[in-house]
Amino acid sequence: MNNVFVYCEIEEGQVADVSLELLTKGRKLADDLKCELEAIVIGADLKGVEKQIMPYGVDTVWIASDKRLYPYTTLPHTAIIVKLFGDEKPQVALMGATSIGRDLGPRVSSALHSGLTADCTSLIIGDHEDKKNNKVYKDLLYQIRPAFGGNIVATIINPDCRPQMATVREGVMKKEIRSEAYKGKVKQLDVEKYVSAEDFVVKVIERHMEASKVNIKNAGIIIAGGYGVGSKENFDKLYELADVIGAEVGASRAAVDAGYAAHERQIGQTGVTVRPKLYIACGISGQIQHTAGMEESSMVIAINTDKNAPINNFADYVITGDIADVIPKMIKQYKENTK
Amino acid sequence: MKGLKIVVLAKQVPDTRNVGKDAMKADGTVNRAVLPAIFNPEDLNALEQALRLKDKYAGTEVTLLTMGPGRAAEIIREGLYRGADNGILLSDRAFAGSDTLATSYALSCTLKKMGKIDIIIAGRQAIDGDTAQVGPQVAEKLGFPQITYAEDIVSAEKGKIVIKRRLERGIEIVEGTLPMVVTVNASAPECRPRNAKYVMKYKHARAVSEMQDASEDYTLLHNNRPYLNIGEWSVNDIETKAEELGLTGSPTKVKAIENVVFQAKEAKVLEPTDADMGELMKELIANHTIG
Repeated sequence: MNNVFVYCEIEEGQVADVSLELLTKGRKLADDLKCELEAIVIGADLKGVEKQIMPYGVDTVWIASDKRLYPYTTLPHTAIIVKLFGDEKPQVALMGATSIGRDLGPRVSSALHSGLTADCTSLIIGDHEDKKNNKVYKDLLYQIRPAFGGNIVATIINPDCRPQMATVREGVMKKEIRSEAYKGKVKQLDVEKYVSAEDFVVKVIERHMEASKVNIKNAGIIIAGGYGVGSKENFDKLYELADVIGAEVGASRAAVDAGYAAHERQIGQTGVTVRPKLYIACGISGQIQHTAGMEESSMVIAINTDKNAPINNFADYVITGDIADVIPKMIKQYKENTK
Repeated sequence: MKGLKIVVLAKQVPDTRNVGKDAMKADGTVNRAVLPAIFNPEDLNALEQALRLKDKYAGTEVTLLTMGPGRAAEIIREGLYRGADNGILLSDRAFAGSDTLATSYALSCTLKKMGKIDIIIAGRQAIDGDTAQVGPQVAEKLGFPQITYAEDIVSAEKGKIVIKRRLERGIEIVEGTLPMVVTVNASAPECRPRNAKYVMKYKHARAVSEMQDASEDYTLLHNNRPYLNIGEWSVNDIETKAEELGLTGSPTKVKAIENVVFQAKEAKVLEPTDADMGELMKELIANHTIG
């Protein structure tokens, strides 16, 4: 009772990275709150799935396995979570800010009348003093997120309603195993007691999923292009440089919208968050929506024709010049210096 | 065939994509006065999906529903210019301070009052909050199923709806029953532009609060042309529980707000020359940043 819960997403039998990241954060929160960490997995053929989950320090893994529960649809997953949360009364519940978590989370919060904060970038435990009602709340979940297009950072709390729910995007939290030997309990749910036939009114008739081919999240070096790259041809130069120095290519939202790069390469508030050791920003002006996704890069090189571009405030090296001119020179000089 | 009854949920939002230096006041609050108010972009994608169904199924009626201050009637007018049939502005001080849950509650009470609805279509999320919560929360409160992340409503006939969804890593074609709540992605087709004929027809359409504030007298015009009245509902027009409205009905509270400021650090400025690029590469190789 009153524990921290994490909803674990499943794709092709594997627990999603974002869920493992949330388990890592959930373990930390449970330690701070001196309570247990519980995970819930809903899907089909889930035999042995707890082995992927427990090493993250999970005390109880709830499993709802039924062939109708995969692929994900809204209503049956909602029904299971709403009833389980009603019985177990978690104080904190976390989900990935994915197309599943952002479909499921609001539905659950609406049913339970509990507050939900989307796309949190930080979660910590803290107290709150309600001066108006002269009331002190101990150990609340501070849900910290950018708002207003990333121009402000808000700390949200749910003083009275439980669970305190939050979603977090993939790549925002660190993933870290607590102990390979960590031992928790497994509890199988009797699915029939949780869902009804009407919960299956939406059927998936076709599905084409691809494993994300691009892995910018874990790349050590990222060369990112913005609208200022100017053309798809110029964007190809970024790929050339990436090939030569061993990097991945990322893009700002403006570059994706302009058709220079695929959405899966998007970095920033509505894309992925990255922390590479080197980030080369090409033709990126440095809107806060973009920098929110790259500001923790260890080193930043900014290439821009505008010497006053906001991105330069994040940069260790500023190169004022045209991509079409600078990138080929970088390639040439790299080759000469590594001969 | 009887047409569909469609309601499009739309929001007027400050244009957070074009935020300038004066967007934040010195005290860290948002300076709404300098930000243009726009039709939330994904709600326009939602409107387009509704209008396509109207093109396809004769007798279909598209109603816009928005909650906001009197000024939000602007987006209803914008919707009328593009082909919506009518609109309702839900406006009352009682809704002030609503979080997503209290907003969904007010909207769901309004939708219940609007009679039988086949499809509720909304943008996936609004650019001022990016939460993507109101659509699913409304669906839950109405007891409707939902299909989120829609890119194309393929068909909606004989009580069934078929939708193509665009997810992070692929697509899904799903089929559900009506009534249904659908939320639409930005990857869906853009909304059609204004139609000159509708602009002429609706340019004097006003909601009650707008008429109160206006210098012109619309009484005669509106009496002769009832379609120019944009429906405006207050909390008294719908059945609600006071404890679920506004700030009181919002489980989430804002504890603190910080203005984001750029942290300036010393940067090395390089010229786009072979010499400088050579130096840069030498440095990066020397400190093992690149191999």
